[in-house]
Amino acid sequence: MVLAAGVLGGGLAAVLLRNVIHSAVAMMVCFGALAGTYALLGAPIVAAAQVLIYLGAISVLILFAIMLTQAGDANLPAPFQRQAPVAAVVAIALVLLVGWAVFQTDWANSTVIIAVDLNRLAAAIFNDYALPFEIVAFLLLAAIIGAIYLARRPEDDERAN
Amino acid sequence: MALEGYLLLSLALFGIGAFGFLARRNAIMMLICIELMLNAVNLALVAFNAFDYYAADDAGAVFSLLIMAVAAAEATVGLALVIAIIRTRQTPEVDDYADLKE
Repeated sequence: MVLAAGVLGGGLAAVLLRNVIHSAVAMMVCFGALAGTYALLGAPIVAAAQVLIYLGAISVLILFAIMLTQAGDANLPAPFQRQAPVAAVVAIALVLLVGWAVFQTDWANSTVIIAVDLNRLAAAIFNDYALPFEIVAFLLLAAIIGAIYLARRPEDDERAN
Repeated sequence: MALEGYLLLSLALFGIGAFGFLARRNAIMMLICIELMLNAVNLALVAFNAFDYYAADDAGAVFSLLIMAVAAAEATVGLALVIAIIRTRQTPEVDDYADLKE
């Protein structure tokens, strides 16, 4: 319950706060609460990956990007677009529709949580899902090269020539 | 909390992310909202896995780990793009990126 409140509160604060840095910190709260939720759901390996990748890497990346781009501007513009009411209606309609589907579906009412077995998980990744695993590895390599190319300053090109 | 509770939590987080993506003006905020939506999907997958839906080989945990890797790649490229655009346009507001319209 506390973790659910952390997830929802962090997410809401991330979306609604005016200052982008405050939003990023609220997003980190949300991710941390999600890691706790994964541990509660018997998936400590996913919780560890969440802390490493999201809290450790992506949050720092986003904070870096914010600090690179926002040179301490005191006059914060309005955070929302004109279509914000329409967006709210669309999002609420989506939530209601899928929520209705969740309640209509006849789930097997099991409350027993089955923990992730690490041996089984490793066997699944490296046997059944070996191809997706390799594709993801290649995708990460391509993303690194692409990001370096995109974020390079144009002056560096001239210096190299 | 049974499966429905976790699914509703995931759904609420996805709704928050979708609203933010549609409504915020700042390009970095839109990337943050994409991350929120991806995390919501991850939560649903892990919940399905924990309550033994299609969990014979822990598929939910495998998928969530793969999604995290893809999300990391997406965040890297997305932020590099945003930084490159901001360097040329001097603003993070997506409404000002209207060169193709002019």
